[in-house]
Amino acid sequence: MAEIKNYTLNFGPQHPAAHGVLRLVLELDGEVVVRADPHIGLLHRGTEKLMETRSWIQSLPFMDRLDYTSMIINEHPYCLAIERLLGIEVPLRAQYIRVLFDELTRIHHHLFNLGAHALDVGAMAMVLYTFREREDICDILEAVTGARMHQAYYRPGGVYRDLPDRMPKYEVNKFKNAQTVKELNAARDGSVLDFIEDFANRFPGYCDEYETLLTDNRIWKQRLIGVGVVSPERALQLGLTGPMLRGSGVEWDLRKKQPYEVYDRLDFDIPVGVNGDCYDRYLVRMEEMRQSNRIVKQCIDWLRKNPGPVISDNHKVAPPAREKMKGSMEELIHHFKLVSEGMHVPPGEVYAGIEHAKGEFGVYVISDGANKPYRVKLRSPAFQNVSALDEMARGHMLADVVTIIGTLDIVFGEVDR
Amino acid sequence: MSAKLDRLCQNLRDVLGERVVDITVDRSEVTLVVSAADYLTAATTLRDHADLCFEQLMDLCGVDYAAFGEVAFSETARATPRFAAVSQLLSLTHNWRLRLRVFAPDDSFPVVASVADVWNGANWFEREAFDLYGIMFDGHNDLRRILTDYGFVGHPFRKDFPIFGHVEMRYDPAQQRVVYQPVTIEPREVTPRILREENYGKADGRG
Repeated sequence: MAEIKNYTLNFGPQHPAAHGVLRLVLELDGEVVVRADPHIGLLHRGTEKLMETRSWIQSLPFMDRLDYTSMIINEHPYCLAIERLLGIEVPLRAQYIRVLFDELTRIHHHLFNLGAHALDVGAMAMVLYTFREREDICDILEAVTGARMHQAYYRPGGVYRDLPDRMPKYEVNKFKNAQTVKELNAARDGSVLDFIEDFANRFPGYCDEYETLLTDNRIWKQRLIGVGVVSPERALQLGLTGPMLRGSGVEWDLRKKQPYEVYDRLDFDIPVGVNGDCYDRYLVRMEEMRQSNRIVKQCIDWLRKNPGPVISDNHKVAPPAREKMKGSMEELIHHFKLVSEGMHVPPGEVYAGIEHAKGEFGVYVISDGANKPYRVKLRSPAFQNVSALDEMARGHMLADVVTIIGTLDIVFGEVDR
Repeated sequence: MSAKLDRLCQNLRDVLGERVVDITVDRSEVTLVVSAADYLTAATTLRDHADLCFEQLMDLCGVDYAAFGEVAFSETARATPRFAAVSQLLSLTHNWRLRLRVFAPDDSFPVVASVADVWNGANWFEREAFDLYGIMFDGHNDLRRILTDYGFVGHPFRKDFPIFGHVEMRYDPAQQRVVYQPVTIEPREVTPRILREENYGKADGRG
């Protein structure tokens, strides 16, 4: 009888379903995965080391570049950590704005993930629909922060600026005639908050559309149900968080269990799965988008009624208003010190974790009192998810590896840091 | 300090007894220091004891204390060990967190026990700490480099490793392949690292 040997297959790093630069060495027995060995680090930029050589505020834009599908929410734990070290209060309006943008990014992230996951598994059309809605969120972010992708909007002590009163509009050009432009601008007549509200009202309808495409789709179910099953015990052992943990039936969400900012004032539910397979995690993410939408609406209501400051008035931390700086010597000195030397953060160490779209995103900071962090450790949920890939893929077919990569929700910016 | 943190500290002292080297509470976070010899047994107790129940290891990272409280890295002798492995633990049962720190006794060859068997999620975190800081984890079954390039030399996150590295890579048209050579960029620092005296800028201090 002929000798049968396992063979190894190189999956990626240049593979469209590898979600970036994942190199996967798969040991296969026929078409069954015996061992999966992920090689990561191809996008390693040494973010944590770079942060040690820059002042506290200069490091903030690095955070957007970690998980580039949910940018603004990455800045949150970093700001929280600095605020806890400094012991400063954040104005309530800034907290609401942060929650609003955290939830918008969560929707943005889940849309991205859902589209890419469905595309990997063979449902081509999904990504077109989810990117349509993603575009609206990008427009909101651009109107508020000036950038579609890398916002750098949160600051230690609050947010950079208040929400603008106007939403940018489309203009007539050789590709868009007056009629099209009028339709596109229909929701853009009011303030940014009006536009977000319009989006939040439309969004549940879009979710229903996605569900009609996927939830009862026979192929989608055949590809997802029973694939990549993680028991609750194993999920805890492997350090999985977020939808990966909740998909296995563990009800754990930092927004509820260890509330930060204003989450304890908001009304929302935590969806959990039952079987811990890819399909349950899909359902959890789907429901999370609807819940995020609920939070967005509550934030809009509050923000409409309560104007106020959006950044701390402690000028050792947050720069004074430009207008004041031009007229007052003290403010000028504050501003000069802040931009040249940066703030000094008292010695100590803090771990700030938040419920990121992927799970717990933690920032562990050690300060020795200098104008730069002594050590920053970024605990990214996707790093932990990739490390579980081996266990989840074992015994599955080669094609299921693609499904598992999709459900793991990997973005290499934050895996490799 | 809240009653809950009090209870956690009390439980830690009761359960771990002499294995506790130090417990500090700062900014509502509890830090426990254990010695390298007790590390593995302490970790197992932290996970399994009903009064503690740290089911999940959230994070584990290496720290290099060589330049702590100083402007730059220097070769001067330190009283405390240089390398530490710091992990963040979470208990879902009690809803509390703990930071666990263990110093590696030997600076020239830092070794601590691996907790990958206690919390399987620690596997990659320990590989990362080994890769970036050169901390060896005794008992780890797969201690390979993880983030740096294949064939990388050195441990880049150590405080004596320059931010620009030692080598750079370029394509050599003569040899028709990619070659490594010593770095050619000048080191520069735009904003220097500044440490002030404790009461700098206060009414009773100078400056």
